[in-house]
Formats: sequence, C-alpha cells, structure tokens
Amino acid sequence: MGKGKAIVITSGKGGVGKTTTTANIGTGLAMLGYKVVVVDTDIGLRNLDVVMGLENRIVYDIVDVIEGTCRLKQGLIKDKRFEGLFLLPAAQTRDKTAIKPEQMLELVGKLKEEFDYIIIDSPAGIEQGFKNSIAGADEAYIVTTPEVSAVRDADRVIGILEANGLHEPKLIVNRIRYEMVKKGDMMNVEDIVDILAIDLLGIIPDDESIVISTNKGEPVIAEEKPLAAKAFRNICDRIVGKEVELLNLENGEGKLSKILKLLFNK
Amino acid sequence: MDLFKSFGRNKTKSKNVAKERLKLVLIRDRADISPRFVEMIKGDIVRVVNEYVEIDLDGLDIKLTRMKRDYDNTPVSALVASIPIIKVKDNYK
Repeated sequence: MGKGKAIVITSGKGGVGKTTTTANIGTGLAMLGYKVVVVDTDIGLRNLDVVMGLENRIVYDIVDVIEGTCRLKQGLIKDKRFEGLFLLPAAQTRDKTAIKPEQMLELVGKLKEEFDYIIIDSPAGIEQGFKNSIAGADEAYIVTTPEVSAVRDADRVIGILEANGLHEPKLIVNRIRYEMVKKGDMMNVEDIVDILAIDLLGIIPDDESIVISTNKGEPVIAEEKPLAAKAFRNICDRIVGKEVELLNLENGEGKLSKILKLLFNK
Repeated sequence: MDLFKSFGRNKTKSKNVAKERLKLVLIRDRADISPRFVEMIKGDIVRVVNEYVEIDLDGLDIKLTRMKRDYDNTPVSALVASIPIIKVKDNYK
C-alpha cells in the first residue's frame, strides 16, 4: 500500500452536509499543497460532481474504473481550479450492488499510491453503499447537525464503524446557528460531544455563503471571507496536524445584526 | 418590476447559475445520456470533419445543452458543436 491516507466522510442521516464537507476538505487540502482525490461512492445518486462544479467533465466513473472499462487515470477528473485535486465520480445509471467492498478496498489501495489524501464521500444510510465507502478507509469523520435525528444516526454509525475496525472517528458539527444556541434553542457543540463521546474535529456555522458557492459549483473554502470557509480551513489545518483553536462563531455575525443590536440595546 | 430587475443584475445571480447547471445535469440524467456517450459522438464528429479540414483541437467545444427551438421557442436538448478550423485540407481546395 502507498503512503496516502484514506478518510471517509459519513453521517448515517442524509442531508447533513457530507458532500459539501467532502468537497471543502478535499479542496482545502489541495490548497495546502497536497495531492488529493475526492471519491463519490453514492452510486445512482451522485452529487459530489455538481458540488465541485465538474459535472460537465465526467467521461468515466468509479464503476468503469472498478470493472476495468477504463484505466484509473482516465477515470480521475482534474479540478478546474486547483492543482493536485481530482474527482472520482460515482456512476449515475448503476446501483449500489455494482461495487463490492473488496473491490473498493483494492481501488483505495491504488489511490493511496498516487495521492496524499483520499477523501471518500459516503452515501446516506448504512446499507451496501455505506459499507463500500468505509471499506478502504483508514479514518472516519462523522458529520452531524445539532438535531436529535442527526445525532442519533451519528451514534449508530459510530457503533458500526467501530465494529468494522474504524476506531476513534472524529466529529464535525455542521450548520450551527449561533443565535439559536445562545438562546438555548439549539444544542451546543459541548452537548453533542458529550452525547457522542468522540473527538471533535471542527464546527461549521450555518452560512448562506455555502448555498451560494454550491449554486456556482465552487467550494466555499476557496473564498476568503465567509465564516464557513474559515471553519473548513481550520479543519484542514487540524487534519494536517496543526493545532488550531476552535472557531468563534460569534464573530460570524453580520455587521448589520451588530448594528441592530446596538440600536436596540440587546 | 423591470426597474428592480435592472438593479438586481439578475443574470449574474448565483441562483441563476444554479438553475442553468441543474438543467444541464438533468438533461443527461433524464435521458440517461452518459458523458461517455457524448464523448463517443464527439469522437465521430471530429473524425468526419477532420477528413475535410484541419481542426484546432484545443478550441474544440462539443456539448449537450438546452436551447429554444427557432420557430416556436420550445426548449429542447441540443448538441452544440463549435469546431475551429485551421485550414481546408489541400485535396479539397
């Protein structure tokens, strides 16, 4: 096996931001100068391609690579902006049974020889697609949101990961709304870490700029200002071993809301 | 309303980018047209055109898109090809 590290991004629950997280971490690590491939394992419902803005460049996909229809290098799509960043897209017209975990393990093994980081986007659920996605992974990052359903599913997934030899997964809490947390209407990060009892990798605020960047197919991390971009950059720094303080979400409040607060003395 | 529109620079809004990108992706998803299929067509078109003229391959742009039909403005899927020609081959001059 090569020297690269394979990380699976998973959550159990759908819609918590796995794909956005994958795209941003992948892009962020490439921005730090690493050679990175982001892999979409959600066969039949691929989306990492549109989040990365590479949907028009797909010729071959992961099933083609595994079945030998094309060579590995032909299946990899070069990012349009960042050197050293590649996408291996999922197949859209096949289903999850097109790949077996053993094949995925072999594929990730080959990718490790070429890349520093292999970031694998897992499908929602805990079925075969999920099993494929974790098959070759060295580490797992769990994405959750401060909602009861998402945290519950995260807990379930942590258990399954453990059972499959993926110990000590790390947690990313996404879509935190600072104002709601302050009012006590949303669980805070400590609450969630308490419940799940795993290490925290980072927190991402609920940020409109993510919607806009997804509209454009350009991961937000490449932008300088948005708080979410900063949050993802912090996560990438931690992945490569730097110590970074947890993001202060209070700073993320817009100027307008600060002015309003001053005006209304609240 | 038009006044607001002109102030809003509607064309460059990211939601419009999103809508356009989605339309294109959905054409392929719904028609089950794989990008590889488009690549195959592309290859054949290039081969045929290349018989007659020299093509600037770097400037080549053949893609599946969506456009309004000339005579009734109905949106349809279209294969649009832009093939820059360097020169006509000698034996056809």
